[in-house]
Amino acid sequence: MSDQTASLASFTGEDAQKKLRKRHRAERRFRAYGVAAILFALAFLVFLFGSIFSQGWSAFLQTSIKLPVTFSQDIINPSGNPDAEDEIFRANYVKLAREALYKELGVDADNRKERRAANDLLSRGVDVQLRDMVLRDPSIIGTTEDVWLLASDNADALLKGSIDRETPSDRRAVSDQQISWIDQLVDKGEMKKRFNTGLFLNGASSSPETAGLGVALIGSFFMMLTVVLLAVPLGVCAALYLEEYAPKGKISDTIEVNINNLAAVPSIVFGLLGLAVFINFFGLPRSASLVGGLVLTLMTLPTIIITTRAAIRSVPPSIREAALGVGASKMQLIGHHVLPLSLPGIMTGTIIGLVQALGETAPLLMIGMVAFVVEYPTTPLDPATGLPVQIYMWASSAERGFVERTAGATMVLLAFLIVMNSLAVYLRNKFERKW
Amino acid sequence: MSSLTILAILIGLGILAYFIGRMRSIQVCGGEQRTLHSRPTYHGYYLVILTVLPAITLLAAWGVAERPVTRYIAMQELGPQVLQGSDAEKALSMSVVESIADGLPKLTPEEYEVVRKARYGFVTPSDARDVLGRHSVVLGSDPERNVLAAADELASARATSRLILPIACFAVAALGFAWGYLRIRTGLRARNITETVMRSGLFLASTVAVLTTVGIVLSVLFETIHFFQFVSPFDFLFGTVWDPRFATVGQAEGQFGLLPLLWGTLFISAVALLVAVPVGLFAAIYMSEYAGSKVRAFAKPVLEILAGIPTIVYGFFALSVFGPLLRDIGFNIGLEISASSVLTAGIVMGVMIIPFVSSLSDDIINAVPQSLREGSYGLGATQSETIKKVILPAALPGIVGAVLLAASRAIGETMIVVLAAGIAANLTLNPLEPVTTITVKIVSQLTGDLEFNSPQTLVAFALGLTLFIITLALNVYALYIVRKYREQYE
Repeated sequence: MSDQTASLASFTGEDAQKKLRKRHRAERRFRAYGVAAILFALAFLVFLFGSIFSQGWSAFLQTSIKLPVTFSQDIINPSGNPDAEDEIFRANYVKLAREALYKELGVDADNRKERRAANDLLSRGVDVQLRDMVLRDPSIIGTTEDVWLLASDNADALLKGSIDRETPSDRRAVSDQQISWIDQLVDKGEMKKRFNTGLFLNGASSSPETAGLGVALIGSFFMMLTVVLLAVPLGVCAALYLEEYAPKGKISDTIEVNINNLAAVPSIVFGLLGLAVFINFFGLPRSASLVGGLVLTLMTLPTIIITTRAAIRSVPPSIREAALGVGASKMQLIGHHVLPLSLPGIMTGTIIGLVQALGETAPLLMIGMVAFVVEYPTTPLDPATGLPVQIYMWASSAERGFVERTAGATMVLLAFLIVMNSLAVYLRNKFERKW
Repeated sequence: MSSLTILAILIGLGILAYFIGRMRSIQVCGGEQRTLHSRPTYHGYYLVILTVLPAITLLAAWGVAERPVTRYIAMQELGPQVLQGSDAEKALSMSVVESIADGLPKLTPEEYEVVRKARYGFVTPSDARDVLGRHSVVLGSDPERNVLAAADELASARATSRLILPIACFAVAALGFAWGYLRIRTGLRARNITETVMRSGLFLASTVAVLTTVGIVLSVLFETIHFFQFVSPFDFLFGTVWDPRFATVGQAEGQFGLLPLLWGTLFISAVALLVAVPVGLFAAIYMSEYAGSKVRAFAKPVLEILAGIPTIVYGFFALSVFGPLLRDIGFNIGLEISASSVLTAGIVMGVMIIPFVSSLSDDIINAVPQSLREGSYGLGATQSETIKKVILPAALPGIVGAVLLAASRAIGETMIVVLAAGIAANLTLNPLEPVTTITVKIVSQLTGDLEFNSPQTLVAFALGLTLFIITLALNVYALYIVRKYREQYE
């Protein structure tokens, strides 16, 4: 009896209660660690996206100045010969833009300092802009037209608020006079932020306001095309062989181990392979999107093989046996039943592979895709860059304007990835069949 | 005619052959299709295979062999002086030869005559240089006569090859077609033949993965051996100074010590694991043991997103936001933190690999048999005591495997460290200072102008091989542990 009360006391007594409370506190703490871990990951994600969006959204807007530009014959085509293309091509278009600006602001044309301050409001890219207008339609020579001209990086930064007006003028990139001009233009509605189509169309440029993703988007498109054309057939065929034909033995084991290991090889090593094999051995050109596509094909192959195998495995045996039972050959079984039924899974896997390939940067650095390409590539053998490589190049440049562009380009990349991932999820939900 | 055009024409011919094969089989059986062994479609495929396959094989083999063969022919013209020289000299002369040969087809006949004359010494080499310069072939010095001769031979060998290739391909295609056409009859086992060929095609596709591995190993190993001709393996593996100065071709100058890079790589990866392992593990425990299905359905994709974000995005974030943020925090509490410190790269990389730890650990914790949990609850243990004393020890090998896989990711990670880690090789224990990594140096040695014969470039391949071996060993070991653990409870 006394033994029992003693042992009961050891469960209900003061000490025991204390110990129990301590254990329960430990329990709650442990649980809180788990919540904290998930919250940490979530908070980091929000911070990451938030900081990129807050830096990048303004890249989609670009400041322009509306100026009445007189396309003076004397400057563009002094010889008067409309066929003198070279003359028209090399004319001093900057002067046209600057004179229009002087007139608009009432700048004293004899005051060099004032002139230079006014010049700094315009981008260096205005000559190309005006030249393209003249080349497209030579009849505008001699007329005056209102043109939205790109403003300079600094004017753009002031309007977007990344240059602080309160900074003392000797430490500010924009002078007091320039600010008063800008305010004057903004009040008249002749200077404002407009949607930045150049971000999507322009090629490489050393000044941020005229740099764009055009070449990178085309390069990435060519690379994705190569991946789809090569990795998907190769991957699906390999998966079919491994699932349907491969005899269980040394060869199929080797292949299987290989595929798993390939999926874990650092991406930069694939870049070394591309450099040594495709460029050095086969002599393909550097910076070509075809080489990039080939390297990315080898990288995405394991992903596509693994997902396709899972999709093939989920085709129920009853269907296989029914097909074989009515006399189909193995190849007919695959072509008529297994492939069509696993198609949704294959498509999902392909998109996941493409998402991986689109964001991959390191191997592309190895094969010379870090290039200053101004012209659009027309074939996969022309020099090009890719979306992530362009982000890398902009991220490494010093000008402030490029930080905004980098974040903007990152948003474009993320947008592509989100769309592709949503497509994969949609396809999976729409076509997934539970047998 | 380029190889792509030939390929396109061959594919066109293949489509044609399909219809001809079908028609022929129907003709052969006189409309009585049931007398055919295989359906007409298969006869179509049969003819396609015979027409296209040998021709494409020839095309591919030609594509692989053309460059080495033409280069070999051209090299014989360089003369014994160059041929007996070092590999580096040979490669240097050949690159000049190739750039001239690239330009030769662009010349007008008169200009080409000038080059020919220069080759045989009737005009001076500088005339040839002028002519070539007009077609944007820029040469550093006047070309020697033997170089011009080699370039001439190279250009003519290429022209011959370009002339013969389409003829050969189409001849093979025609022969194959004719043979196949004549063989089509009712008894032809067209389906079996087609299926065998398709099956071999599937097998070949599955060997691409193996070929890739072999390609990686061979190409990297080959260049590494080349590198070790300049720098001894001992100096590379155990050198403590990394300072590959710029050197002229063929000379090893500067020091190529792996240790500072390896240390930097391991240091940053260790910081990354210090972030990823606790967070990933607790997230996995919470999701598999505590969370309801709703929380799980939300938290799991959120963690997966972390793995889906391209590493360049993490790199840019570390460079533009996180590094400066850490530096400012450090400044406010009186610590001097470099913007490209070990902490910056390590923490951001750690967040990146959280999902690698959490999702595999989640699977493994879920695989621990329910009976173990119930036994522990029955003895009066709380949930956290069960996890700590029963589930984690049982799942430990698997979790170790997951951590090793994450470590291999961290070691091979490139873009985050290229943007956010330091450039100078630094043997330091201070996590507030910058260090550099193997991957950063591979990138910096291989971007810009490349000269394939200098140790400065080749060292990148030696570093790549080191990286490949480390990650491969980690992966194989991790997969071995995970697999062994799975067997235990199955």
